[in-house]
Amino acid sequence: MTPTSKLTPVLSANWDEKDSFTIEGYKRSGGYKAVTKALAMEPDAVIQMIKDSGLRGRGGAGFPTGSKWGFIPQGDNKEHYLVVNADESEPGTCKDMPLLLANPHVLIEGIIIGSYAIRANHAFIYLRGEVVHVFRRVQQAIEDAYKAGLLGKNIGGKGFDLELTLHAGAGAYICGEETALLDSLEGFRGQPRLRPPFPAIAGLYAKPTVVNNVESIASVPSIINNGIEWFQAMGTEKSKGFTLYSLSGHVNNPGQFEAPLGITLRELLDLAGGVRTGHKLKFWTPGGSSTPMFTDEHLDIPLDYEGVSAAGSMLGTKALQIFDETTCVVRAALRWSEFYKHESCGKCTPCREGTWWLVQMLHDLEDGKGTEADLTKLLDLCDNIAGRSFCALADGAVAPIMSSLKYFRDEYLEHQRNGGCPFDPVASTIFKTVGA
Amino acid sequence: MEFTADQLKIMDSIIARYPRSRSAVMPLLHYVQAIDGYITPRGIETIAKKLDIATAEVTAVSTFYTQYRTEPAGEYHVGVCVNTLCAVMGGDAIYDSLTDHLGIENHETTKDGKVSIERIECNAACDYAPVVMVNWEFYDNQTPQSVKDLVDAARAGNPPAPTRGPKTLRTWKQNSEVLAGLSDGLANEGVSAGGPSLLGLKIAKGEK
Amino acid sequence: MVPEQALLETQSAVEMITVVIDGFEVSVPKGTLVIRAAEKLGIQIPRFCDHPLLDPAGACRQCLVDIEINGRAFPKPQASCTIPVENNMIVKTQLTSPVAEKAQAGIMEFLLINHPLDCPVCDKGGECPLQNQAMSNGRPESRYEGVKRTFEKPVPISSQVLLDRERCVLCARCTRFSEQIAGDPFITLNERGALQQVGIYAEDPFESYYSGNTVQICPVGALTGASYRFRARPFDLVSIDSACEHCASGCAMRTDIRRGKTLRRLAGDDASVNEEWNCDKGRWAFKYLTSRERVTSPMIRGEDGELHEASWPEAIAFAASGLKAKRTGVLVGGRASVEDAYGYSKFARVALGTNDIDFRSRPHSDEETSFLTSVALGLKTTYKDIDKADKVVLLGFEPEEESPIVFLRIFKQVRKRALGVISDAPFASRGTEKLKAELVTDIATISGLTAKSVILVGERLSETVGALSLAHALAEKSGAKLAWIPRRAGERGALSAGAISTLLPGGRPISDASARVDVATAWSVDSLPTNPGRSTSEILLALSVNNLDAVVIGGVDPLDISNQALTQLLNSFVVSLEITHSSVTAIADVVLPVAAVIEKSGSFQDWQGSSRVFEKAIADSLSRSDVRILSMIADEMGTPINLPTVSATAREIAALGLWDGNVPAFEKVAPEKISASEGKLSLTSWRLLLDLGTLQDGEANLAGTARKAAAHISATRAQKLGVKAGDLISISTELGAIKLPVAISEMSDGSIWVPRNSIGSQVIANLGFVSGPVTVVKA
Ligand SMILES: Cc1cc2nc3c(=O)[nH]c(=O)nc-3n(C[C@H](O)[C@H](O)[C@H](O)COP(=O)(O)O)c2cc1C
Ligand code: SF4
Ligand code: FES
Repeated sequence: MTPTSKLTPVLSANWDEKDSFTIEGYKRSGGYKAVTKALAMEPDAVIQMIKDSGLRGRGGAGFPTGSKWGFIPQGDNKEHYLVVNADESEPGTCKDMPLLLANPHVLIEGIIIGSYAIRANHAFIYLRGEVVHVFRRVQQAIEDAYKAGLLGKNIGGKGFDLELTLHAGAGAYICGEETALLDSLEGFRGQPRLRPPFPAIAGLYAKPTVVNNVESIASVPSIINNGIEWFQAMGTEKSKGFTLYSLSGHVNNPGQFEAPLGITLRELLDLAGGVRTGHKLKFWTPGGSSTPMFTDEHLDIPLDYEGVSAAGSMLGTKALQIFDETTCVVRAALRWSEFYKHESCGKCTPCREGTWWLVQMLHDLEDGKGTEADLTKLLDLCDNIAGRSFCALADGAVAPIMSSLKYFRDEYLEHQRNGGCPFDPVASTIFKTVGA
Repeated sequence: MEFTADQLKIMDSIIARYPRSRSAVMPLLHYVQAIDGYITPRGIETIAKKLDIATAEVTAVSTFYTQYRTEPAGEYHVGVCVNTLCAVMGGDAIYDSLTDHLGIENHETTKDGKVSIERIECNAACDYAPVVMVNWEFYDNQTPQSVKDLVDAARAGNPPAPTRGPKTLRTWKQNSEVLAGLSDGLANEGVSAGGPSLLGLKIAKGEK
Repeated sequence: MVPEQALLETQSAVEMITVVIDGFEVSVPKGTLVIRAAEKLGIQIPRFCDHPLLDPAGACRQCLVDIEINGRAFPKPQASCTIPVENNMIVKTQLTSPVAEKAQAGIMEFLLINHPLDCPVCDKGGECPLQNQAMSNGRPESRYEGVKRTFEKPVPISSQVLLDRERCVLCARCTRFSEQIAGDPFITLNERGALQQVGIYAEDPFESYYSGNTVQICPVGALTGASYRFRARPFDLVSIDSACEHCASGCAMRTDIRRGKTLRRLAGDDASVNEEWNCDKGRWAFKYLTSRERVTSPMIRGEDGELHEASWPEAIAFAASGLKAKRTGVLVGGRASVEDAYGYSKFARVALGTNDIDFRSRPHSDEETSFLTSVALGLKTTYKDIDKADKVVLLGFEPEEESPIVFLRIFKQVRKRALGVISDAPFASRGTEKLKAELVTDIATISGLTAKSVILVGERLSETVGALSLAHALAEKSGAKLAWIPRRAGERGALSAGAISTLLPGGRPISDASARVDVATAWSVDSLPTNPGRSTSEILLALSVNNLDAVVIGGVDPLDISNQALTQLLNSFVVSLEITHSSVTAIADVVLPVAAVIEKSGSFQDWQGSSRVFEKAIADSLSRSDVRILSMIADEMGTPINLPTVSATAREIAALGLWDGNVPAFEKVAPEKISASEGKLSLTSWRLLLDLGTLQDGEANLAGTARKAAAHISATRAQKLGVKAGDLISISTELGAIKLPVAISEMSDGSIWVPRNSIGSQVIANLGFVSGPVTVVKA
């Protein structure tokens, strides 16, 4: 198989059209056909179809989307809500924003179908607030969908009503965590909620709610259009379909690659022109900074949910951040820790105080003031944070530290021996290459 | 000073988008920033009154999110991504040269009120690293020099267009208004997708 | 019902779940949290954010334990304060699980890295859950070498509460209390992450009537009361269980004393009354004792017209001879203990041979007298009925202002299950808004009540002619439960002790011969007076026109009754039993010092009729209870009442028991048509919780959080007057005027409301009444 045939552009298939983000552009490339098909089906049949397709959540955890929809109690005389998680803030993750910039209508089409399936008459898109142009595109798409009768009352003459509200976040990574997102959307501080009750039972306004990632929902129209078999033909045994892989960092051609689940980094790197010329792969994240890092040992791991987790990490958001040998892993871990400290919501002790402490320790280690004993202490602190916190943010916070210590323990100690960081930060910048 | 009748009407229209009024607190805060440039006491008090919640509850929300400011932003608010990947790829160098160039530190504004800077976290544009955001518009693949040029031009009143965004850069307040959900009609401007976003597609199509 | 049977009944009603904790089995009702099931076994899992009366937060993570269900272990330790028990659950706490033990020690270490080491100067030192649990569940030493987070300290978040942010462990107990229990979300968690901190909006301080509870439940010394800060160390204090003397809610209290001085008061635990809360008045208003000049020795007015100190025998003899064979009335303030009120009641009947006695030192009516005689003591409504009510009706009653714990209880149900509330208030006060009450203008229009509804009637209902009758009819018609909730702590007890003209102790009607025989026998007297007695206002009138010659008056502020009350006393022989010098002692012929609540034992009856016993907090006080002094006078008069001690009195009351015979029928009164007076507005008023009440004297920090006095009128009325919110208006009667800023409320255009006894708004003194027509103009 040539690398090229490995790619399966679906969501990105029309991004090279100048007007891909308009309703005309979307329709021209076959958009809004799935809605007609889906509205002709029974809602439960739509749920079943998504279940059968094997589509799993693309927001990080990989939970089967159809099952999630199936958890919404039906006939309960309550409002139901579909909330799309477009908070995309996990470091390294950069798939939902370009998708929404280039093709917001595919999400809206997915929202109409999903809402119809779970019997929701109001859906929300929670979009991170730091991307104004994406906001503009989604907002216009919603307006145009209303104008086209795809949103509002009696959609497609099928008696189905749907309101769609776009909501801007305001700078808080934790609001990507689904229950924090719901609190934020209700007008509170975005801190995670106790579970149970789960959103399917008591979500937005304490009503049954589905929270799905942008990419998960955007994948729905293609499944309705092309069928289960088409979808299942892609991917691996338990990880079906296509997905967006994002390559960034020290690669010659960073970018988005839509491919079947199970592709390997080696294959993707080939497509991206390889690791920065003249350099070699040192470490990489399979799915954002919260997923334990890998090294060049892991180039051939199938990038699906099972493959990555068998190798000790998580597929996460498929955000493949590539770092070459010029990068100091201690600096990377410290910088990520600063991120988690900054983004810790403050609700629970281990995350709030733990990330604050970790940053101080890593600073000392970077400055060459850490000892071997400090590494033991650092690991013990990580152990006291992970699995002790209220939500998964803190588990993510220790992932870069624990995994970097696993593969690069000596590099930490090298800082002490060297009396500071042995790396030249300039060597890792892009201008170095530009200038070189 | 009270908000104008028109502004109050817009606030009501924002509230009307939601099944429960309290949900409007975030867009209302964005809207206050669009008018006042930051979260002002009158903003907090008006929101509390409109949503029938305590001023403390509005404060609790406004201080949780980093985009809500306690002091006015510059007309051009420059966010330099210094999360790991961007930092390594050059974000740190960009940030250092920018502070040198402007003589201000994180969260500060130049004396002329034109430019403020902020160290920002990952902005979902890693394949364009190092990334700088101005008024939350994408400026992709930056270098220390390009950012210096950018802020100089901005101070002179003619900032370059964002890489993936409208043809002309709008002010921080104007963009806050967009985040409050008030359309500025610029959605059609700018590219569908930048180069890296199209890479996989082009390869698949045999164009690369 | 024998207790075991009762237990069985509740057990069959709730499903019981059996779990194993640290190898011990325990059965608890379904829904019980693991942390509380462990408590039942005496296993204390450390915790900070957990509080049994607040919604679980799971925030501090201190209570982590290992759990397995049906043989499947949770992969991570779980917060025991958030997980309800399940069948086949096996829990291992820090006592048996090394994982739980390490997890807890780890959390404690995190909590301590930023906690200051200022225990020696911290108010909480010695009674601090953080200190204690750090000892029991923490690591021996911290591995933290960095610099601790600091904040500017302390910040006053109201005039009575201070915040030291660096001590805070962010358990959110205070913020959850304020939101969930008090409905006052004026303190919130602000900022986020490591900078998260408790705070207020700068312009709106933490002015909640319940703010003191946050100081009490703060598990560290982050919140402190301004009045107690730095005053004492807990181990220097002696704690005494007591009852609150401020209102009829009936809070259990703890009074902490050091060397004869009250240093602080805390809410006591009583699930059936105040749960674990109290109001700020109960907590902080106790300086009245020392704020005014205390009457320290008996005093007699001499020939020179001045009061002179006298010995007890002298003063008693003087009082006795002054009262002997005189036509005397008895006025008892609303704060008497049951035992003291009983003393006055017996003294009036036995020593003075009269039924001229009344405990109502406030506006009252004959309709009310009949209601109290015939209905009030038979009411069996309780807090539990509010918990289960399908509707609560508030008549002449503002619970948050007049009985704040009743308010909390209603609010709890409003929050939990959207309990419907109806009120006859003229406008929605803040408390009414919190209860989302529906306002009605006419009691007769209230419908839809059932036997599960509860009608709460305040003492102010007597101020509207026919209103008590309507309320009673409403209860009769619907089967709803009725309750009478007076404002003051002593009123319900005084009523049952017979400190009213129509009743003898135990609710025995004066008009009933066998009731009189009952009491006469118990009191070993031949007979009791049969003539109908006078009410407070009638006694005062009789005194002023010389139909009565003398008065025994205990703890009454004449200005609470009417603006002429004091002058009405002037021509009589006045025996005053008082704690501090007052307008009454200033004109009295004999002044006899009595003990304050903390100096004596006794009891109150809360609005439910439950006894609220208090012990003498200051063991060596020489002050005597009213009843002992009355007993001495009676002895001197040769008509002994034989009540030498409080405990003897309590025994006699118990032996006498309650009346189970007939009571006269409630004489209902038809409502009066109030004709609008030309050009006037109809004024109503009630007292705010924090106001000029004498028991709040001397506590400026508390007073600083009082709601500001304002006159409420409708928007239309404001427009007509040419004023807007905040402008001053003048409200006047022939007697005088008050000036208040305007507040606009939804209310009838013909109405105006002002606080009854607040700064700038003392309506009895300045307008001469508590309700009626007033002239209102822009000031
Ligand atoms: C700290 C944290 C941040 C998260 N951020 C995001 C996010 O930005 N976008 C997202 O879709 N899911 C995010 N998630 C996952 C969501 O909680 C949730 O699982 C997801 O939105 C479900 O959608 P899916 O089933 O379609 O994947 C985050 C989770 C955690 C714990
Ligand atoms: S782990 Fe705790 S503090 Fe951290 S984000 Fe989650 S709830 Fe907030
Ligand atoms: S007591 Fe359980 S998490 Fe705080």
